[in-house]
Amino acid sequence: MGLGPGTVLTRGGRWIGEHLVLFLGLVTMLYLLLPIGFVLLMSFNDQLGRQAYEFQGFTLDNWLSPCGPAGLCASVVKSVQIGLLATLGATVLGTLMAFALVRHRFRGRSTTNVLIFLPMATPEVVMGSSLLALFTAGGLAGQLGFWSILVAHIMFCLSFVVVTVKARLQGMESSLEQAAMDLYANEWQAFWRVTFPLVFPGILAAALLSFSLSFDDFIITNFNHGNTITFPMYVWGSAQRGIPPQVNVIGTLMFAVALVLVLGGGMFRRRRGH
Amino acid sequence: MAATPGDVPRQPGHSGAAGSGADLVMTGLTKRFGSFTAVDALGLTVTSGEFFALLGPSGCGKTTTLRMVAGLEEPTAGSINLGGQDITRLRPYRRPVNTVFQSYALFPHLDIYENVAFGLRRRRSRDIERQVEEILALVELSGFERRRPGQLSGGQQQRVALARAMVNRPQVLLLDEPLGALDLKLRRQMQIELKRIQTDVGITFVHVTHDQEEAMTMADTIAVMNGGLVEQLGRPEDLYDNPATTFVANFLGQSNLVPGRIVDTVGDYHVADVAGEKVGVLRGRARVHAGDVLVGVRPEKVYLSTAEDEDTSGANRLSGGRVSDVSYTGTSTQYLVRLASGQELTVFEQNTGARAPMSVGQRVGLHWAREHTFALDAAQDIHAGDETYSETSAVGAAP
Amino acid sequence: MSVLTRTPGEPGVAPAQRRRPSRVGYLLLLPGIAWLLLFFAVPTVQLVATSLYDPNGSLDTGYAMTWSFPNYLDALATYREQFLRGLVYAGSATVLALLLGYPLAYAIAFKAGRFKNLMLVLVIAPFFTSFLVRTLAWKSILADNGFVVQSLQAVGLLADDGRLLATSFAVVAGLTYNFLPFMVLPLYASLEKIDLRLIEAGSDLYAGSLTSWARITLPLSMPGVVAGTLLTFIPAAGDYINTQLLGSPSQFTIGNVINNTFLVQLDFPMAAACSVILMAAIVVLVLLYVRRANTEDLV
Repeated sequence: MGLGPGTVLTRGGRWIGEHLVLFLGLVTMLYLLLPIGFVLLMSFNDQLGRQAYEFQGFTLDNWLSPCGPAGLCASVVKSVQIGLLATLGATVLGTLMAFALVRHRFRGRSTTNVLIFLPMATPEVVMGSSLLALFTAGGLAGQLGFWSILVAHIMFCLSFVVVTVKARLQGMESSLEQAAMDLYANEWQAFWRVTFPLVFPGILAAALLSFSLSFDDFIITNFNHGNTITFPMYVWGSAQRGIPPQVNVIGTLMFAVALVLVLGGGMFRRRRGH
Repeated sequence: MAATPGDVPRQPGHSGAAGSGADLVMTGLTKRFGSFTAVDALGLTVTSGEFFALLGPSGCGKTTTLRMVAGLEEPTAGSINLGGQDITRLRPYRRPVNTVFQSYALFPHLDIYENVAFGLRRRRSRDIERQVEEILALVELSGFERRRPGQLSGGQQQRVALARAMVNRPQVLLLDEPLGALDLKLRRQMQIELKRIQTDVGITFVHVTHDQEEAMTMADTIAVMNGGLVEQLGRPEDLYDNPATTFVANFLGQSNLVPGRIVDTVGDYHVADVAGEKVGVLRGRARVHAGDVLVGVRPEKVYLSTAEDEDTSGANRLSGGRVSDVSYTGTSTQYLVRLASGQELTVFEQNTGARAPMSVGQRVGLHWAREHTFALDAAQDIHAGDETYSETSAVGAAP
Repeated sequence: MSVLTRTPGEPGVAPAQRRRPSRVGYLLLLPGIAWLLLFFAVPTVQLVATSLYDPNGSLDTGYAMTWSFPNYLDALATYREQFLRGLVYAGSATVLALLLGYPLAYAIAFKAGRFKNLMLVLVIAPFFTSFLVRTLAWKSILADNGFVVQSLQAVGLLADDGRLLATSFAVVAGLTYNFLPFMVLPLYASLEKIDLRLIEAGSDLYAGSLTSWARITLPLSMPGVVAGTLLTFIPAAGDYINTQLLGSPSQFTIGNVINNTFLVQLDFPMAAACSVILMAAIVVLVLLYVRRANTEDLV
């Protein structure tokens, strides 16, 4: 087969074609990671003045005294507390609902599905403001704080938990539980020894998702926070005054922790032979 | 033991042979889903230690019956009795019965050892390790203990499923089309394996399948099910040689069924008029004894004759046929012969080399030994159970 | 020898029926449904009610329910520009996210090989960094005296006194960036399920790679496209962070309006009316879109 100009062109065309998608994908990936890189860089910034546009000098001070700015660490602690409790609440309630939807018969199934889907389809502005309207109408406007944030967070995390666990549950053969009962396990044992271990990765993924949704939430929290300051609220507040570089430290830390958790989880699963 | 025509009531709980262990007795077992009756008042006894097959097309109720015995489906009515104990209302984990599922249902998060040991652990059995090792050796999977189900081939998974069920020494082992997912060669191999294991270990096997060859190869007793009812129960040879209904005649192998009418009885034989010619059928092989019948004979029992003067006295004879198709299959030649009535009959002739094959269009007569004839009630669908027959493609169909 | 014991016509004996406890289903469902009803459904109803309050009331004097439907017309008249802008920004961001996200999802699903998990992690992990922190980072990156603006001015793509911040461009870029993972993940999930043999069958039937993609891959990945666009468009329509941080009041959208009206002006009926209109617009658009894209299972 001769190597005429036509062949070279098609060969080259095919190389680009095959790798074009990969190339575009990697460019997008870089685009995704660019701000993270910036945040990482700026966390080492020896910052003068209020806004960090330029890299003024390398320093480890920010990392050594991350709690320097007043209220920063307190807000992180608050966010973690709310996050953990909201995760607990949403995961428990949501998992129960997922089981009901997949394994049991009941009336009003489509209404339930709509009710679960709607929070995911509602802009946060609307959800946050309507909750505020409710609290106000109930005369609680002056008592908002930790608990009102928590209530709101559990509410919007529920739907995500249900969808995630439900997907995992539906992927499981129902004959596995029947096989367990056929092999002398009663309903409770069948659940703990067969169903739960197989659904658990879904529950874990739902919990992680809940935590990150809760930790990162700003808009709904902003409407219902009273005097409690979470980490995103702190950042928002300081955006006017001037963002301390320690914010970037926290941001980088969060990215690193997420990376470690997800990669670590993956390695753990591989070691167990999945 | 002579073949008994199906519906003779027996004392439940007692097996005919000197069987030890427990008989499985179903009485009036019914399952309805809304207005649809999947299993219709089933009554049968499975003798302890037998390899019993429930055979039928999909939707006939055989799997539903199996699941009711396992406890995975609740009967609408009726009862199930195992060794004298009523287990109808017991939960699956309280029955001394284990199941091999069609999809194997191996636990993906446990290794092979833990899969097999699952039932033993729930019952707090002692000496688990020895029992697991023994059963794995029996199914020839020693050394696979630490692997996961996902790492095994289909045939290996099937053997693990079998081991997992059998290690618990149930009184009855239920198998729900366990060989369905295997390729042909492996399936044949496993059929022999299963039969060997069942004979060695002596547990009662109830095997559900839609493959009639599989049932005939493996089972001591077959129950042919259709539309929630058992059409006939008996040994494979008895079912084949002397079918009770058109469904059984067509579903097991192939049959020639020709409409006729009983006109006389001479000694042990009824005489039936088939399109003007007289054929004889033993009284014991006729399901009805007067009026319209379907005269039946298996294709391999029929011979073709060319000259009208060939001596076929003492045999049943149908003349005036014309060969309409010839198929050579190596060991035999399959002929389709069209009778004057328009109906096509099938004849299998062994290729013994004694005679040259017939050709299409040749005029032939058919004859067969009288004692190979059977006669069925004409008031049923002549094509019931015939899976090669479809309404639209009927060629030379019976009137 | 096994036997058949049924005598035709013999009726069966029904055992006592054990009722299937479907009560368990209701019990499992109850806490979650109660929570959603109380903290989502009721507030939404309350929101609709609030939008119909007498606009002349206030937080101090209380609100009277006067079924004043004109509130909606008022809201539309006053803030029509912001409504449209919000929908346009959200739409543009969604389209851009689709254009950027599809190749990335495709690359991860089909071209990544060993690096598939790593790439997925890298897509998900930025999501864990606070979204405010990321948006503020963009504010710094696109700042007037920052690297990006300087380079663009040097190359001549931007006027010497041009800005990137406080423009629609920055807002849409921010929106696209923030919701990109929500587009990529459902797309990836959908693409990953496609049986490669279908694409092989396509080439066997003379389809080139572009045709293969258009006629086989794309239709099969539609559920992912639908899910991704919905998960991007809906939150983006109500977002106000990006406009506030990366834009200026001339870029403000309905999200900003609602936020302001609720928290600063304390004009609850007006704010609620805007929210209801936004919700209605989204519901209508989503229904039209889903019906056209022809998928059923959203949840």
